Amino acid sequence: MTSVDDVRPAAVTARGWGWRHAGRARPAVTGLDLDIRPGERVLLLGPSGAGKSTLLHALAGVLGDSTAAAASADASADAEDSDETGSLLIDGAPPRARRGRAGLMQQDPETQVVLSRLGDDVAFGAENLSVPPADIWRRVGEALDDVGLGGLPLQHPTSALSGGQKQRLALAGILAMRPGLLLLDEPTANLDPAGVLEVRDAVGRCLDKTGATLVVVEHRVAVWKDLVDRIVVLQPGSATDSAVLLDGPPDLVLEQARDMLIAAGVWVPGHVPATRARRGGTGLEGDAGAGQLLLAAEELAVSRERPRRTGLLRGFRTVPPVPVQSGITAQVRAGQALTITGPNGSGKSTFALTLAGLLAPVAGAVSATTELSAGAGIDPYKWRAQQLIARIGTVFQEPEHQFVTGRVLDELMFGPRQLGRGEERVDELLERLRLRELVDANPYTLSGGEKRRLSVATVLAAHPQVLVLDEPTFGQDANTWAELASFLSELLDAGTAVVSVTHDAEFSEVLGGAELKLGAPQPGVPGLPGRTNPGVAAP
Amino acid sequence: MRDALTLRGNHALLTRANPLAKFSGVVLITVALALSIDWVSASVALAFELLLFPLAGLTLALLWQRGWPLILAAAMGGWSTAILAPDHGRILLDVGVWSISEGSLQLGLGFLLRGLAIALPAVLLMSCTDPTDLADALAQQAKLPHRFVLGTLAAMRLVGLMAEEWQTIGMARRARGVGSHGSPVQRLKATLGQSFGLMVQAVRRASRLAVTMEARGFGGAQRTWARKATFSRLDAWVVLGGLLISGAAVAAAMGAGTWNMVFLGQQ
Repeated sequence: MTSVDDVRPAAVTARGWGWRHAGRARPAVTGLDLDIRPGERVLLLGPSGAGKSTLLHALAGVLGDSTAAAASADASADAEDSDETGSLLIDGAPPRARRGRAGLMQQDPETQVVLSRLGDDVAFGAENLSVPPADIWRRVGEALDDVGLGGLPLQHPTSALSGGQKQRLALAGILAMRPGLLLLDEPTANLDPAGVLEVRDAVGRCLDKTGATLVVVEHRVAVWKDLVDRIVVLQPGSATDSAVLLDGPPDLVLEQARDMLIAAGVWVPGHVPATRARRGGTGLEGDAGAGQLLLAAEELAVSRERPRRTGLLRGFRTVPPVPVQSGITAQVRAGQALTITGPNGSGKSTFALTLAGLLAPVAGAVSATTELSAGAGIDPYKWRAQQLIARIGTVFQEPEHQFVTGRVLDELMFGPRQLGRGEERVDELLERLRLRELVDANPYTLSGGEKRRLSVATVLAAHPQVLVLDEPTFGQDANTWAELASFLSELLDAGTAVVSVTHDAEFSEVLGGAELKLGAPQPGVPGLPGRTNPGVAAP
Repeated sequence: MRDALTLRGNHALLTRANPLAKFSGVVLITVALALSIDWVSASVALAFELLLFPLAGLTLALLWQRGWPLILAAAMGGWSTAILAPDHGRILLDVGVWSISEGSLQLGLGFLLRGLAIALPAVLLMSCTDPTDLADALAQQAKLPHRFVLGTLAAMRLVGLMAEEWQTIGMARRARGVGSHGSPVQRLKATLGQSFGLMVQAVRRASRLAVTMEARGFGGAQRTWARKATFSRLDAWVVLGGLLISGAAVAAAMGAGTWNMVFLGQQ
């Protein structure tokens, strides 16, 4: 655990720097003046569209391709080419000329892993920088120790890591390059609360050890506030204003810019966005009309795997998959919320998808009451797709998975058209979820918050009585969060049942209702009930 | 699904051999068998290959799991040759236009055995070779361009992810009312839509992965290799083994008088 002395913290200088992406009319960043001293730790905030990610990518030297940059430098700038103005330097040279001085971590853990074995993945960056092989393995060992993965063998398959472990692995891969500048682009947005702290603490330890400069972009200020010594707030560029709105020590900036940051959807510490309160408290008691049983799971065992057929020698028998969770009993009632919680890998999403008629149960049964099924049969998994969407709507964690057309309006009309009814509801949803301005846009081009709102609206357009949501608040800014929570509380009061898989305690508090806690995964013990306590009201 | 390409705890002897050596061995056997359709050379090679199973950590169950399409193809080839080849010798079975004679049966059997004997080494090679080791050998020893080799290797990891994503997108689309029911045209449309969704995700993932790799310094002209691909004494044995098996197969067939060069036409 020596030889960290070869890490030299990097300095960043921007002078009137701007960048326009190829094919875009407006620049992502204009007129940025910024100095970051070696060893400083900076949290970069600002509304979406302020160019935070663009800046990080530019510092990492991965923005645009070098040929396009060269072409736009000598010829007149074409709208098809990207366009750079001013200067952005690391240690006085353009980032592209400083390969390996900066290391970048992005949001999606799956794409932060390059190779299939732990040690090889960490070594990858160092190999590319032509570090001598003997030094590489020393660096790999140190980096894995530093991020807390030192206990795993170098041969460990990277596919077997959790999201938080994958991000720490990415950090190790970056550390093995000995960069003077760490660039983190929403590194914890896709992680559960335990994973968030894992990654944050690993970053903190590594910075303390190496003294490297840090620039991190993240909505959740509370997570990073104590680790950084400076907050820079960016604003969308314009010709007259500077790109930097505020710049200073964390507490000062958070005090001065509190209202602006809250308005921009940043999660400011100590501020829970205002949401609509549920009528009649949690909706658990009192309401006479609500509470009708719609859907029930009994002794359910769930898995994403399909039944497997054995080979010739075993006579092609069908073998059921090993469930990730079993013995789950739960009830879904009209106008009531059910929150599914539990540690990673406990089968929360798998259970929700099974409950929603999208996966076949391994054992036990999901049954719809006549109130919900309305003649479609008792087992939701056997319903036709059109029957399903009018009864149970499911909102997936990744909105893009559910887009089926190329235009926002078509996307909303899709369900009603399939059913041949309910097109009038679309107008109301457009208004309520603020999508009217976007009707002609391509769903794939929307911002994260807009995609989330659209995916909820499209599912609701088919008017299901039960709404199932998988981690609806993951990676969302505070504004989208508050809008979503308020909207769902309204739906609940109107009699829809809402089932949500979430780690977000504040979110489930707004919705009220019951909590279903799934225990740690118990693979290979079919028939043994998981630690479940259905029907326990959240406080 | 995602681990389909890794060795999953296989520690057999041949996993330690150099992928290029193993590949040469396989080529030697394949070339010898491709020269002649006869059951003697094929069965001798097949017998040797079955003996190699434990060295590659392969079992019959695993073989079926990974190689069943090849085994079925070999069986189909053998069967159709038996009934369609020109008859000579005693007629064993005659159903109208289809007939099986001693000669055509022998030819069909040769075809079946040969198919198996050619397919098995490939399955053996796959089951004891880690893709990362193969990439190392191809880039460092076969001198293929490292950007191409490593790019392919990284992309292969995404293939497993895409299989999972396909299932998720299928469910997500059912939740939008796109079903797998209906007429063949509707079903085709649904599958095309799902493929498009998968393609979009694949492109997104690939471009993010490309950024990750570039940010880790990938793409330069020079790089070092943390895992040095080397040849060892074991590799000499592997190549020699390939040579011996192919030699034994050819010698046995010539000795038995069944050697039947494909390119010289049939007697």
